[in-house]
Amino acid sequence: MDIVVCCKRVPATDSAIKIAADGKSIDPTGVEFVLNPYDEFAIEQALRTREQLGTGSVTVVTLGPKESKKELTTTLAMGADKAVLLLTDKWVYDSYSTAVTLANWIKTVPCKLVFCGKQAMDADNNQLPSRLATLLGFACVTEVGKLTLTDGRLIAERDIEGAREILDCRLPAVISCHKGLNEPRYASLKGIMAAKKKPLEELPAQVVPPALTVDSLSLPPARPAGRMLGNGIDAIPALIQALRSERKVL
Amino acid sequence: MSNIVVVAEVRAGKLKRPALEAVSAALALAQKTGGKVIALVIGSGLAAATAELQRSGAHKVVAVDAPGFANFSGDAWAKVVAEQCRQDGACAAFMPHTAMGKDLLPRVAALLDTGLITDVTALSYDGGKFHAQKPIYAGKALLAVTAQKAPFLATLRPNNFEVNGSGNAEVQQLTPAPGELLSVVKEIQAAAADRVPLSEAKVVVTGGRGLKEPQHFKLIEDLAAAFGPGVAAVGSSRAVVDAGWRPHSEQVGQTGKVVSPTLYFAIGVSGAIQHLAGMRTARTIVAINKDPEAPIFKVADFGIVGDAFEVVPALTKAIKDALAHK
Repeated sequence: MDIVVCCKRVPATDSAIKIAADGKSIDPTGVEFVLNPYDEFAIEQALRTREQLGTGSVTVVTLGPKESKKELTTTLAMGADKAVLLLTDKWVYDSYSTAVTLANWIKTVPCKLVFCGKQAMDADNNQLPSRLATLLGFACVTEVGKLTLTDGRLIAERDIEGAREILDCRLPAVISCHKGLNEPRYASLKGIMAAKKKPLEELPAQVVPPALTVDSLSLPPARPAGRMLGNGIDAIPALIQALRSERKVL
Repeated sequence: MSNIVVVAEVRAGKLKRPALEAVSAALALAQKTGGKVIALVIGSGLAAATAELQRSGAHKVVAVDAPGFANFSGDAWAKVVAEQCRQDGACAAFMPHTAMGKDLLPRVAALLDTGLITDVTALSYDGGKFHAQKPIYAGKALLAVTAQKAPFLATLRPNNFEVNGSGNAEVQQLTPAPGELLSVVKEIQAAAADRVPLSEAKVVVTGGRGLKEPQHFKLIEDLAAAFGPGVAAVGSSRAVVDAGWRPHSEQVGQTGKVVSPTLYFAIGVSGAIQHLAGMRTARTIVAINKDPEAPIFKVADFGIVGDAFEVVPALTKAIKDALAHK
């Protein structure tokens, strides 16, 4: 089966965010960029699916700047067969643009299954997988925490508020991957060496204009300074008093 | 093109509170667009939810109530929502930012070839355009946008918009067939009935590595239970989830859930930047930690330096007493 994995280069989750001079984007100075953590689950699931079937290919695609080659190379070292960079020098924050661009590219390659991380940890949009599926006419299950493929059908489990849903899903499909789906592998030394010989194709991205324009990006207001109420159980009466009288939550 | 459609989420026959929040938010904007608010509810056995929506302040309730819609299906529901938006000439459609909202509204956006902003915390309409704000980088920054395409779609963060509508709306009942489904819910395994979902809880009690052993989460569960059934949810730091002590569904923070409860307890949680990102919009934050230098105290409204094993049981008792003598 031919599998496509969509991934993205994002700031590491322990990065402090600073706003750039334009007031509309982040200042990347000193920020470490990594493969979006949820995309690691997507790549791992794609590799496992290829291994289970013993046939097929895993192609990783990203829409991003040329620096994304670092993250794509990581996915090749993990075991993907091919990587494609749809090159843009702009930060594409709008899922409308991302989904249309990626769907148009996916339509040009053989593909029966698409894995995505459930969200990219920059814009936190949570939109791409089900947008893609709709544009491609594929089935889709989002935020999947467990997946099995038997006889050409997927059984997917996902957490919803207060319950777990178990779905039967046909192919072709887009699966959005949540933490817990699998334990992503590390690239082996052999994998890192092999990655150097694997194809990493670069294409100019045809990004459609966004449906939403950015007015500003700002830091959230700082929380007002808190109060230390003391040590140990002696501080409890003061806490109860504060929660009751000041905050009116008790 | 001035009406606003609100997709009202119902689970197991029960209207979700964030649906009422979305109706109220839509009512405030409809005053400016000059249109009506249409609450669209989809499912099976919707009499109670429909009646509740009638009183929500929405101008009209459309109930798609048919056995074929008993379980959520993104494919089928997206077509219903998109069709309703077309019929009503909707300029906007809103839904809560829940598992269902995150799955459904992007599909509707794709069908209507339009934009969608998710996890919205502020909305406005002026100059003939919708404006919205959402936290990005898990709340480390706020993004403000203007919609350039119509209709404007948004999922709204739960616990963030007031419920303040009232009225007696007309109801339109529809019973279409769902058509072909690409994915089908086979089973729903419900959690214990008295458990409130983390993202909807008014009170969240989170435990971290400071509890030392997984069995000590009993302290956290007892404190949550002190608030009574269905009020407080247990959260976990990433460290204890990665250690396998607690399920990922409880994780608060950047690779887990973002929560904004009225009251948040961080117990034995150091306060890594990823954790702070997931809870900093809580109304009131209480931190209990042995280390007076723990970063969690920088965002806490109230801090107690102390051993969780001493402080938490005493606090649980004190809260029970306080709630019993209101």
